[in-house]
Amino acid sequence: MPIKPSVKLVLIGLCLGLPASLWLAMSWGSSGWLWPHRLSPEDQQVIWALRLPRAVAAWVVGALLALAGVLMQVLLRNPLADPYILGLSGGASVFALLGFTLAGTLGLTWLPIPLWAFAGALITMVLVFVLAQGRGAWSTTRILLTGVVIAAGWGALISLILALGPDASLRSMLFWMMGDLSYAQLSPAWLGGVFLLMALVWLRARNLNVMAQGQLQAQLLGESIQARFWEVYVLASLLTGIAVSIAGAIGFVGLIVPHLMRLIVGADHRLLVPAATLFGGSFLVIADTIARTVLAPHQLPVGVLTALIGVPLFLLLLNQAIRIR
Amino acid sequence: MTALSSTPLLNVDALAVAIGDVCVVDGLSLAIRPHEFWGVLGQNGVGKTTLLKTLSGLHPPTEGRIELMGHNMASLDRKTIARHLGMLTQQTRYAFEATCHETVLIGRHPHIGPWGHEGANDHAMADQALHQMGLADCRDRSCMTLSGGESRRLALATLLVQDPQVMLLDEPTNHLDPANQVSVLNVVGQQIRQHAKGGLMALHEVNLATCYCSHCLLLFGNGQWLAGPTHEMLTTQHLSKLYDCHMRLVDDGEHQVFAVGA
Repeated sequence: MPIKPSVKLVLIGLCLGLPASLWLAMSWGSSGWLWPHRLSPEDQQVIWALRLPRAVAAWVVGALLALAGVLMQVLLRNPLADPYILGLSGGASVFALLGFTLAGTLGLTWLPIPLWAFAGALITMVLVFVLAQGRGAWSTTRILLTGVVIAAGWGALISLILALGPDASLRSMLFWMMGDLSYAQLSPAWLGGVFLLMALVWLRARNLNVMAQGQLQAQLLGESIQARFWEVYVLASLLTGIAVSIAGAIGFVGLIVPHLMRLIVGADHRLLVPAATLFGGSFLVIADTIARTVLAPHQLPVGVLTALIGVPLFLLLLNQAIRIR
Repeated sequence: MTALSSTPLLNVDALAVAIGDVCVVDGLSLAIRPHEFWGVLGQNGVGKTTLLKTLSGLHPPTEGRIELMGHNMASLDRKTIARHLGMLTQQTRYAFEATCHETVLIGRHPHIGPWGHEGANDHAMADQALHQMGLADCRDRSCMTLSGGESRRLALATLLVQDPQVMLLDEPTNHLDPANQVSVLNVVGQQIRQHAKGGLMALHEVNLATCYCSHCLLLFGNGQWLAGPTHEMLTTQHLSKLYDCHMRLVDDGEHQVFAVGA
């Protein structure tokens, strides 16, 4: 399909956004601009051992959430669906909070919180899968209802744990639930992993276009819908589970980024999948950089920043969408 | 798959279809051959849509066998079915913004390999289908902004782009004004005649069936059915029984139309 010049420009810009956002995150911090002006060994240490791994973690989480958001919106055929709608973040939160409160009692302090969270997301994925399958046929309504009800159940458990939990860990629990990259450190090799996942989804992009037409129409156009829908469900859940384990339940990225990119590059998933992944990553790196610098030495939860930047950006683009396309 | 012109495109043998407690047809046997355009008539809720879904392999029959171009449909995968059989569903709801051209182009999906993409020919087919459905001006408009009638024609254009040998149409004239009903069915009829396709449409307009259909299938409920050439099927006697009301034939010397008797 011939790509419009304006869309081409956007895609090139999004590709450049990856190094640009990482560069910004590495040079800007609570001590002001560091790079390339002053490079003492201590500064180098800060940049390469602290800021880069954190920026990589932010990029990976943002990209995964955006990609999972695209998949979840196709799966539920609803542009308002986000990666957390089926209770994955709730399950991850409950287990992470249990990790904060019970790890000491159970003698499980060696088990890092991300693994607790990932276990919670996986359990939720299997629970929704088993309960929603019913008599076997895929049903968007049934999976959505099952997921939303399970999410509500997790919500109640979260409140219970917060109410009964020790005051000392309350702050770190709240930070985790709002999404926090303070302790997230990933090696740049993870970027390659995300690109590999994105390529996998991209190979299925035309099938996603067909699935977005609805279950009946997709079958009539030759998709074996049962297998395809569960495939997308498992993939979207795993992507979300990984993202939540790394940085907690960062809101907004998975909902708004796919929407925003759809306004700019259109509904064709062959463009939407790479655009959303690239934008999601860079967006979260920038949001996290601002979150840790703007009120330094205080660090804001990045989830607050994603919403503060995302809301006006989204409203502006919604207004301009017709002119952009 | 190839088919000689004499072999039926779609062959149905001793088919029994049920949904819930409703028996749609029992022991249905019919063959749709090239150039034939079938009409399916029956009261609301008699199971016309269920029958169409069964014929497209989406609803399992309780008994009997369906053959698509000489092959048992139960043994064919969805992609193979989609290359030879397409169906216009009764309702179309678009969930995401996309231009009409992008939407119609999705009809090419079954014809393109897993790693392939649409070529110039596919784009030309999409534009032609939009033109045939009177939507050429809507090419770059979002499918979410279309009126009911326009989105009906967009769905039909997608079916034309899919280009199947067998076209199943579930109330294709829904939401369409009389002029558009005629122009849309003209296009479908022309496709069937010129390209040796077969068609089967569920509809409520008896007079459209007399104009366009070569054959008719009447569904009386409780599994009873009657099938044959249109002129034998569409009689006041059959139609009165079919709709459980008095139907009469009005003849002004030029045209004959069926009307509900007072």
